[in-house]
Amino acid sequence: MSAKKTLFDKVWDSHVVHKIQDGPDVLFIDRHMVHEVTSPVAFLGLKNRNIPVMHPEKTFATADHNTPTINQHLPVKDPLSANQLKMLEENANEYGISYWGLGHEKNGIVHVVGPEYGITQPGATIVCGDSHTSTHGAFGAIAFGIGTSEVEMVLATQCIMQPKPKKMRININGSLSKGVTPKDVALFIISQLTTSGATGYFVEYAGEIFRNMSMEGRMTVCNLSIEMGARGGMIAPDEKTFEYVKGREFTPKGADWDKAMAYWETLYTDEGAEFDKELTFDGSKIEPMITYGTNPGMGMGISNDIPKASEIQGGASSYQKSLKYMDFNEGESMMGKPIDFVFLGSCTNGRIEDFRAFASIVKGRKKADNVTAWLVPGSHKVEAAIKEEGILDILTEAGFELREPGCSACLAMNDDKVPAGKLAVSTSNRNFEGRQGPGSRTILASPLVAAAAAVTGKVTDPRELMVELV
Amino acid sequence: MAYDKFNILTSTAVPLPIENVDTDQIIPARFLKATERKGFGDNLFRDWRYNQDNTLKEDFVLNQEKYTGKILVGGKNFGSGSSREHAAWAIYDYGFRCVVSSFFADIFRNNCLNIGVLPVQVSAEFLQKIFDAVEADPETALEVNLPEQKITLLATGESESFDINSYKKNNMLNGFDDIDYLLNIKKDIETFASNTPL
Repeated sequence: MSAKKTLFDKVWDSHVVHKIQDGPDVLFIDRHMVHEVTSPVAFLGLKNRNIPVMHPEKTFATADHNTPTINQHLPVKDPLSANQLKMLEENANEYGISYWGLGHEKNGIVHVVGPEYGITQPGATIVCGDSHTSTHGAFGAIAFGIGTSEVEMVLATQCIMQPKPKKMRININGSLSKGVTPKDVALFIISQLTTSGATGYFVEYAGEIFRNMSMEGRMTVCNLSIEMGARGGMIAPDEKTFEYVKGREFTPKGADWDKAMAYWETLYTDEGAEFDKELTFDGSKIEPMITYGTNPGMGMGISNDIPKASEIQGGASSYQKSLKYMDFNEGESMMGKPIDFVFLGSCTNGRIEDFRAFASIVKGRKKADNVTAWLVPGSHKVEAAIKEEGILDILTEAGFELREPGCSACLAMNDDKVPAGKLAVSTSNRNFEGRQGPGSRTILASPLVAAAAAVTGKVTDPRELMVELV
Repeated sequence: MAYDKFNILTSTAVPLPIENVDTDQIIPARFLKATERKGFGDNLFRDWRYNQDNTLKEDFVLNQEKYTGKILVGGKNFGSGSSREHAAWAIYDYGFRCVVSSFFADIFRNNCLNIGVLPVQVSAEFLQKIFDAVEADPETALEVNLPEQKITLLATGESESFDINSYKKNNMLNGFDDIDYLLNIKKDIETFASNTPL
């Protein structure tokens, strides 16, 4: 009998083209996604070397980082953004790559549209010049972000060179309490591990909490793997995964489906397979989470007080610098702090389930006057579902407007920027200094916490606004 | 595309004793709009270097004339966050050829290695020694010796060895890149591709 393997081993080992002694593995890449920001220099590299894209049918291009989220039918105003978008279109056309640009019905955030159209599949290796590529691990794929030199590498050779990471398993059992979402689970894990606690590892999430999660929830969790430094995170595919994948545009059909299923059904960690590190948490202990600092590891249960510098591991001066930037104090509660902006969206929380959650809180209430709210679907498909399910009516009634798909205020690269000094509750993935605009201050949270802040104008425990389930 | 060869670098260093320096600080997203790999050094650490009215923040290390050199020394978990290679490009374009820290984020480390900037990981203790030495005397020099995988504080002779796999080391010493290697095994890749299930 062969050695016991983890899910990660099975997928990785079956994609190794070549092993280099005391060096990286040459890993074959099944799916490559590109966007306008990290690809132009890679295409330029191909031109300089005078070589083609080896497998254009395995690369997919969409525009998302730079794109405006209103008036997408008009020309993009910022000339630099417009130029990057034009370059992506030209490069995609020149090399025969599928291109879903602004205005295309399939346009949206790369990590939202990949799964929607079945580009993302179990057991695949998926890369993109974007660190949140880890999202696709929700399907039992090995998916991770790469730099532009590696984008060029994949375009040129359909391979990248990576040392095999170490393996970590994070087990969470029990059941989630009221108001606790997949985002809270992820922020909880990161708060326990810190932003570098999983560096050098590829993580498998296991246990009841993840088994019971929807595919959207699993995507949110895997998306945030990079925020604890992990190369990526993955969850073994199950019936829920296969059901989600089946029948989508780019998924196998007929006999090919049966063949794919035969492979996918082998994708689980063998009993007794070994991990380099294994952690276990009790899911029932997780609260709705918020962050109070300038990295995603600085998170806590919403009802807690901000830890004191003396209580935390690591450098006190960096910790205090962070709190000073946020204009928060050690030991104080975050509850009731007035906020200025709410951002619902991003590759972390821009899916239909996130809009359902947000709507469940704002239904029958009104947006607070002091709050500017940006509600940005992750794709046109999400936008359409918001309309079809009647969620748009709830949002409109409560005084909110829906914007058009894109990365929006997650990274302050397009027009959606939080002004200096303003405090935002955001469902996105990073609260770094200036991440949402120079001088902006970000609290990361779930769509429920964001909704509670949007209607009360301050940091509020969403459980106080939730209808009691009998 | 070949890049600068790296052998032995002797230089003064710029100390940045802050933990978790993320790539959004190294280069904010609004400066990622170029379509060529040049000019990013102007915006390296933009929001730490400049006030919002574009005047210099005098106390930031890059604005202190006493600190110069080709070696950037950062706190633990340097380069976390976004995969933007622009962060490594900005560091290179500004004139750095080596980054020293006690811990690097994965993608940033790879990006550096892929463009010929050497990431040197040292112990927390040695990192502190470097910070102390450079802050006490900004003229003090470090020697980064890639062939011997050793970093030395020249004033005291204290040194520490660092890890790099032999494949990447060879690339750095010769200015080779991965694509050259991969194009040489193109046939193997094509054979593999024709047998993949997906």
